Amino acid sequence: MVHEMEEDQVDDMEVEVLTSMWPEDIDEAGKKFNVEKVGLHDHMLDDLTFVEEPSVVDFKRLVELTSYSEKGSSQLSNLLQNWEYKQENVVRLLREELETLSKQQREVELKKLEIFEQHRFEEDTYGGDKRPVSVLEEGYEIFQDVPRKRNDVIVEDKRVEVDAEYDTVIYWKQQALHLGKLLEASVQREQILLEKLEESIENLEKQASPVEELSHILKRADNFLHFVLQNAPVVIGHQDKDLRYRFIYNHFPSLGEEDIIGKTDVEIFKGGGVKESQDFKREVLERGLPAKREITFETELFGAKTFLIYVEPVFSKDGEKLGVNYMGMEITDQVKKREKMAKLREEIAVQKAKETELNKTIHITEETMRAKQMLATMSHEIRSPLSGVVSMAEILSTTKLDKDQKQLLSVMLSSGDLVLQLINDILDLSKVESGVMKLEATKFRPREVIKHVLQTAAASLKKMLILEGHVSDDVPVEVIGDVLRIRQILTNLISNAIKFTHQGKVEINLYVVADPHPEGQQEQKMENDDTSVSQNGVMLENESHSHETVVWIRCDVKDTGIGIPETALPNLFKKYMQAGADTQRKYGGTGLGLAICKQLVELMGGHLTVSSIEHCGSTFTFTLPYKVSHACDSSDDTDEFGDMADNESTDDDITCGFFQFQPHTLGSLFNSNDRIGPKEIITSMDDDFSSFDNSSEPENSSKCNSDIENTNCNKKENHDDLPVSSCSPSDNHSSKICEARKDSDRTSEHSSSNQQETVKSEKKPKILLVEDHVVNVMVAKRMMRQLNQDMDIVNNGAEAVRAVQKCKYDLILMDVCMPVMDGLEATRLIRSFEKTGNWDEATKAGVEPCDSPYDQNLEEPRRRIPIIAMTANAMSESAEECFENGMDSFITKPVTLQNLKQCLEQYVE
Amino acid sequence: MDVVTQLQRQFVEYTTSLYREGYLDDQFTQLQKLQDECSPDFVAEVVSLYFEDSEKLLNNLETALRQDIVDYKQVDAHVHQFKGSSSSIGAQRVKNVCVVFRNYCDAQNLEGCMLCLQQAKTEFIVVRNKLEALFNLEQQITQAGGSIPMMA
Repeated sequence: MVHEMEEDQVDDMEVEVLTSMWPEDIDEAGKKFNVEKVGLHDHMLDDLTFVEEPSVVDFKRLVELTSYSEKGSSQLSNLLQNWEYKQENVVRLLREELETLSKQQREVELKKLEIFEQHRFEEDTYGGDKRPVSVLEEGYEIFQDVPRKRNDVIVEDKRVEVDAEYDTVIYWKQQALHLGKLLEASVQREQILLEKLEESIENLEKQASPVEELSHILKRADNFLHFVLQNAPVVIGHQDKDLRYRFIYNHFPSLGEEDIIGKTDVEIFKGGGVKESQDFKREVLERGLPAKREITFETELFGAKTFLIYVEPVFSKDGEKLGVNYMGMEITDQVKKREKMAKLREEIAVQKAKETELNKTIHITEETMRAKQMLATMSHEIRSPLSGVVSMAEILSTTKLDKDQKQLLSVMLSSGDLVLQLINDILDLSKVESGVMKLEATKFRPREVIKHVLQTAAASLKKMLILEGHVSDDVPVEVIGDVLRIRQILTNLISNAIKFTHQGKVEINLYVVADPHPEGQQEQKMENDDTSVSQNGVMLENESHSHETVVWIRCDVKDTGIGIPETALPNLFKKYMQAGADTQRKYGGTGLGLAICKQLVELMGGHLTVSSIEHCGSTFTFTLPYKVSHACDSSDDTDEFGDMADNESTDDDITCGFFQFQPHTLGSLFNSNDRIGPKEIITSMDDDFSSFDNSSEPENSSKCNSDIENTNCNKKENHDDLPVSSCSPSDNHSSKICEARKDSDRTSEHSSSNQQETVKSEKKPKILLVEDHVVNVMVAKRMMRQLNQDMDIVNNGAEAVRAVQKCKYDLILMDVCMPVMDGLEATRLIRSFEKTGNWDEATKAGVEPCDSPYDQNLEEPRRRIPIIAMTANAMSESAEECFENGMDSFITKPVTLQNLKQCLEQYVE
Repeated sequence: MDVVTQLQRQFVEYTTSLYREGYLDDQFTQLQKLQDECSPDFVAEVVSLYFEDSEKLLNNLETALRQDIVDYKQVDAHVHQFKGSSSSIGAQRVKNVCVVFRNYCDAQNLEGCMLCLQQAKTEFIVVRNKLEALFNLEQQITQAGGSIPMMA
């Protein structure tokens, strides 16, 4: 045995470096055996050598020996003991070795497990979603208390340290002692282990039984679920494969459990959505895949409610379908909100679309405006040089030219004129379109306007046409409107009518119509007008303008011309459009006239229409609202009738409703003698006429005391050697509707008939110019002379007042800015006199009154003198100021012949 | 081409240039239109009246603006007159200066006023020279037995 052992040791020595598997202590022990010196126990060794060949020991003899000798027996027992020790030691070593090995193996296994586990975890994270996790998973932590395999038990591997020399008695003794200690330690360890085992068991026992633990966990889970679901609008249920409820959780049950369990949806409810939900569940069941859907129920049981329903199929272990789990949540409010949101979003989108559309429109409009502005500017720029060209051509035409040259020049001039006209039209149009054009509200007499327009047209008439004007009796004598623009429209329509009419007649019919837009629509316009009208009110009668009403007057301009084809009608009022290309060629024109008319009419709140029959004629109709001031009528009514008695036969063109003009018979303008004077008439009429006019004058004056403003509307056929001479059909009639202002004039004239007589005999109105500046005076005076008028001149407002006190004027032209007293104040003072009949105001202002023929007639209402302001500032504020102070109109400085002439035409008749 | 035609052409060109360069405006044409056999020298009369008046006004303005305390109201009144007469004869450039001048008056801007006065003087002298030249030309034409071309 020893030998074997020694051999083992040698083997061990050899592999020592290579492997550590073998416990070191064995080698060491072996070394010790070698190194240890043989000391005191040598004899023991000798003893041992004695039994060096145990294999050959005869046991029988050995027994005999031991039994027979005490020494032998003691030795034997000693030996046995020794051997036993040794054996024990080896066994222990081996066991320890085994234990270490198994420990290592365990460790390896553990490691392997660990690695494996780690690997599995990785797998888990991949497939974790699919792994069904129990609701009770959190309960796992409970099991962590369960003891794991003990790793902390350290195997004692203390070396057997023996100091004594190998194989000596001491050695063995020591060895034995040592081993004994080891044994003791081992036993102790066993004891500890045992204790620990017991402790573990005790621990285990201490822990509740798994059932109890599980039920505890379940209870907790149940509580948790209840806690969470307590107030949730949630319905949870399970239905079997026939979709009969097997379980239902509903915190707000509207039905008892017994009404639900064992029934299907359809059996429970009736109404919208029920069938759908059942079908949906069935679909889920068939497809075997969970799904969500929103279903709106409309049932008697709980009204209209929307549920979000989640349905998942339930399978048995072998994949058989068992039924469905079903969960519904009421989301009615959310759906409503969502729908509202959607609606809002939609609205926002629409809004945005509109906005962009608007922006686009604005952009386009701005562009258009800019383009128009550009056009206006360009037109303006073109006008100046063009007028230069035309002027030069005109000058050229005054020089000596042969026939051909003259003809060429005339073409040149007419072309130039056309371009100028076009540019003027464009400017007009762009003014209207850009809203720059402002309308003025002035009093005017529609009959006179019609007459003048016809008269003017007749003056340049080169065709055999009859021009007629019919004004219906109900048309007020005076209305308020923008007379210049209305004239422009009429002139345009008339010249158009004449242009396209080769025979027959062109007529204007004027009559009152009902308000086409009762209230409302015109409201705003009225309001706008109010401001200016109030000024007029002040200016005219100093009466409140509450009496003013609106009258709609329709005007037809009718011709018997070529007519307009129906196809051309829609484009007729468009810019640069004419009825056809031929028309353009044949008749010329800019194609802007009608567009301007329409724009102007619409600007004034009316409308312009046309009706036409080809080859028969056209009728252009425009209807406009006018204001009528009744204040003036009513205040003078009594006078009127008082006068009427005396002047029964008096006729005025003011109320005359019919005018006719014929070619070659211009003298028959029986009712259109020009009040400015005979000379003026010559400029536009035949000599024939003026002579006639003069001849008829005395009769007129005797008949109706007509002053310069009176118009003769008498039958003059007797005097007339001319063929056509129609008369106003309303002669007698019209005398009744005598106009107030007219009458008041007349009354004052009565009172001052002497003076009037002289004025009349001169046939010149008395005009006063109030102007401080010499140059202006000179120019104005010269212009008046050109117009065949004389005038008195004073240099400031105070002088003007004095002049008015001394003499009766028919018109005052008043500069606004003057030293001593300005035009506004002077006007105010004069108006005050007209109203009160005294000059108190003037006296207050420092202008001493002097004797005047009017002082006698203090009680009589005074005739209102037209006062025209002459202002350097053409701005409208200044105009308003003028109106506020009682001026009738204003002309801007520098005064031109044209302005002056217009002014005289309008106010001195 | 005889002298008269040449002069007439010169006259037309000169007049046109006066309009083109803005020395004169339509108002001058108005004046010319007012001239006829009865008052053959009307334009010249008015214009010389204008010259006299303007010199007086310019002097007044000068004095008014040299005061220690400038009475802008008075200055403004003078300028207004000057503007009125200038526009009456169609001296456009003088008139335009007057418009600016009045703005400075409103703002009581002495420096601006002085500047405008200077400008107004210059423009006035220029237009005076131009008009005098024009009248000279007219005279020459008349003396040569021609008629003054009408400027439309």
